[in-house]
Amino acid sequence: MRIVPLLVSALLTWGAIHLFNTQLSVGGSKTPRLGYFLSPQHGFWQNAESTETNYNDNIVLKDLQGKVEVYIDDRLVPHIYADEDNDAYYVQGYLHAKFRLWQMEFQTHVAAGRLSEIVGKERVPTDQFFRRLGMVYGAEKTKAFVEKNNPEMQSAIDSYAKGVNAYIAQLKPEEIPFEYKLLDYKPEAWTSLKTYLFQMFMSYDLTGRGAVTDLQMSNARNYFGYKDFDRLFTDVQDSLDPIIPKGTVYAKPTIKVVPPADVQTAYLGDTSGNSTAMAPFVPNKSNGSNNWVVGGSKTKSGRPILANDPHLGLNLPSLWFEVQISTPTHRTYGASFPGSPAVIIGFNDSIAWGVTNAGRDVLDYYEMKFKDSTLNEYWYNGQWVKAEKRTETIKVKDSANVIENIAMTVYGPTMYDYHYKNSGSGGKNLALRWTAHDGGSGLLAFYKLNHAKNYEDYLEAISHWNSTGQNFAFASKTGDIALKQQANFVARWYRQGDFILPGQDSTYAWQGYIPTNENPMIKNPERGFVSSANQKSTDHTYPYYLGAASNFPVYRGVIINRKLAALSNATAADIQKLQMDNYNVFAEMARPVIMKYVNQAALTADEKKYVDIMNSWNLVSDVNEKGATVFNVIWDSLETSIWGDEFAGATTNIGWPDEITLLESLKRDSLYSFADNIKTKNKVETISGAVMDAIKKATVVLQKADKEGKLGWAAFKDTRVSHLLKINPLSALHLPIGGGRHIINATTETHGPSWRMIVHMTDEIEAYGVYPGGQHGNPGSKYYDTFINHWATGKYYPILFLHLKDAPTHKRIKWLMTFTKA
Amino acid sequence: MKFIVSILLTALLAFVAGLFTQLPWWIFAISSFVVSALITQSPGKSFLSGFLGLFLLWVILAIIKDAANEHILSTKVSQILPLGGSYIMLILITGIIGGLISGFAALTGAYLKKTS
Repeated sequence: MRIVPLLVSALLTWGAIHLFNTQLSVGGSKTPRLGYFLSPQHGFWQNAESTETNYNDNIVLKDLQGKVEVYIDDRLVPHIYADEDNDAYYVQGYLHAKFRLWQMEFQTHVAAGRLSEIVGKERVPTDQFFRRLGMVYGAEKTKAFVEKNNPEMQSAIDSYAKGVNAYIAQLKPEEIPFEYKLLDYKPEAWTSLKTYLFQMFMSYDLTGRGAVTDLQMSNARNYFGYKDFDRLFTDVQDSLDPIIPKGTVYAKPTIKVVPPADVQTAYLGDTSGNSTAMAPFVPNKSNGSNNWVVGGSKTKSGRPILANDPHLGLNLPSLWFEVQISTPTHRTYGASFPGSPAVIIGFNDSIAWGVTNAGRDVLDYYEMKFKDSTLNEYWYNGQWVKAEKRTETIKVKDSANVIENIAMTVYGPTMYDYHYKNSGSGGKNLALRWTAHDGGSGLLAFYKLNHAKNYEDYLEAISHWNSTGQNFAFASKTGDIALKQQANFVARWYRQGDFILPGQDSTYAWQGYIPTNENPMIKNPERGFVSSANQKSTDHTYPYYLGAASNFPVYRGVIINRKLAALSNATAADIQKLQMDNYNVFAEMARPVIMKYVNQAALTADEKKYVDIMNSWNLVSDVNEKGATVFNVIWDSLETSIWGDEFAGATTNIGWPDEITLLESLKRDSLYSFADNIKTKNKVETISGAVMDAIKKATVVLQKADKEGKLGWAAFKDTRVSHLLKINPLSALHLPIGGGRHIINATTETHGPSWRMIVHMTDEIEAYGVYPGGQHGNPGSKYYDTFINHWATGKYYPILFLHLKDAPTHKRIKWLMTFTKA
Repeated sequence: MKFIVSILLTALLAFVAGLFTQLPWWIFAISSFVVSALITQSPGKSFLSGFLGLFLLWVILAIIKDAANEHILSTKVSQILPLGGSYIMLILITGIIGGLISGFAALTGAYLKKTS
């Protein structure tokens, strides 16, 4: 029976191949197919790129119009020189794909609700959420709008897509990026729709908080009643220093916004059903940014200096990719988005620009009444109206498809309905009205900024920006400085859209968009600078409601304006120092309030030790400062001490008020009634009691941190830059960087300045930049995370803004890629 | 001599087959099977030469990549798998997985020869 060993060994061979060719489940996650992954000729070893890689190349491609030369510098920044704009975008697409293919596809998969397709059924809730939010719907509408109205933009996006696909087409199976091998899938063809999906991804990140906060605010109003709600989520911000200086006189509004007659009873006073519907992940509250321009009157050179640092989630590979694009029409440098053509934040031969998030509310929910659970008809303006259905099919790896049928209303997609609900939404039908669904010109504003020559061009360019509100800062070589808040902003009445709105008729509908020339703006002001830091753009004399105050952090704006006002004879080095400034102006205001209520005699020795550390702290949240840690822990405990009891009874998600609310309430009112612990009967706690309670609780946390050697601010805060898949070995952990909330250097645990740029508008532009990442998306490249230490320690790279004639011989140019037409 | 030739031939054919990356990664199982079916050896020796052929090939190929990469990626992957961040362990595991499959395939080849 010699056949037996034959069969056994054949079976063993088959079994071994099968075992190593299967994704195994280990502790909740799946391994790669180990045989494939480890095979040196197929798997990840192929991504172990030589540290001496030579990027010189001659590439022949069929869709080019002419020849393109790309000089690559020592930081792996490509400087693209093309005879035609579209060729430049074509090559930009090729290079984005070469260095960032996995990331650009992954991000658009997230936006399109396609994670389950690559990961499996555990991501179905995320996909459902984004599908129902109308992410694909919005991308399709923008695409259709651009194709109809902006042929120039469309051809740039199409050229870019062809470039991406040219790269994908020449990829050999073993050359696909590392993460595809890890998760076991393959790149697909790029389409122009993906560029629009990426824009929706950013729109969600920058304005999507409303999809959650509108529900939380409604719950909070229902729970507390409007009167107490209005104290906890107040519209008043005493410390506000708005983007447009106080006292500016605004023209009479073109749109006279009229609140509905029953707004008190049917809206503000409404306490009907709660909603606990929540997003699978909520855009970070600190998604904000700083930008400012110092005019020539305040600089040593007499020329403006522009600075920008957008605060976003810190990830590897980075959201940003540096690039120079030079064609006969323009020469532009800056940070681009892998997934989109052109430069997003940057400068050219004549001007520089930077953006921060406006924070304005551009997303509302309307509660709808449907005839029955088929959702075929809804009640609107006194009659049943037919609801079109949008079908979204979610493919799921190793499982059956999930189908979402979304009823489309006059407002937009019905995000929540009888079928799609969370535990407490009670089957409410909530339709979403969001400007990101309006279509619009998409990237056209940035495309035009890339080409802009002067202030008029800048104004014209940004007038096309209608998606998510941004503050566009501007500087020109000719000395103009300006800042304008731009988007399609809803002309709102007070509190419109802070809560779920009644949707059964048009009474509560938006009454129009504010004309772009009535948006807040400022040009060449007397004070010699312009700035924005996500604070409210105007004081209360602006004739339109800006949206709930909790959308607008106050303190960064205060400190930036204070520092800029004091500045004179500024150089680029001064501005670098300012971007990295760690002074905590919130603590400056809050510490005296805490200290006022400390009963020194009642402190234990341990408590006293920490109170002393806080009290002697220099208010600078530098890496080793213990005072910064103590202050933050005590403040957090104080919030809990004061509000925790009131919030503890809520059965729905009602959010949490802002720091400023507590601070300003305590400053205004020494008998702040929320200080009383409602759980103790027959006893009224005071602010002093709450402060002492907070110190006691904070001391426990601080002693633990102390023991672990983590009392220093950076160690306590523990900033990290995570890989998009949250895999620690691919992330940069425990970074030595100070800063934090309310601080100009707004670096928190996972969030912060995602690109720091400074542009000095001298004849030959002097510019600096750094971002927490590296140009190469491959974790196996030495360029994967090269900038992180520089970024953490506040250093900048001098930007190489090259003329073609100097490129071939420049000492920082390392490689040349040429692209020629087939 | 047969033993050495088997090892070298196993490695060589696997390498050449591996150049066609559209084919599945385990294509070497077929070449290892064929080598052992052609060169008569005891089943034990067949297994060993099949194993060593792939073990050596994969270890050497991995070392070449890893050295040029200065262990950047192998150190990360070795933490993910998790192998404690040791690139040496990762290289050895790479070799063992290739070796095992190849060894079993060679064993099958040897028994086939005996059977026929």
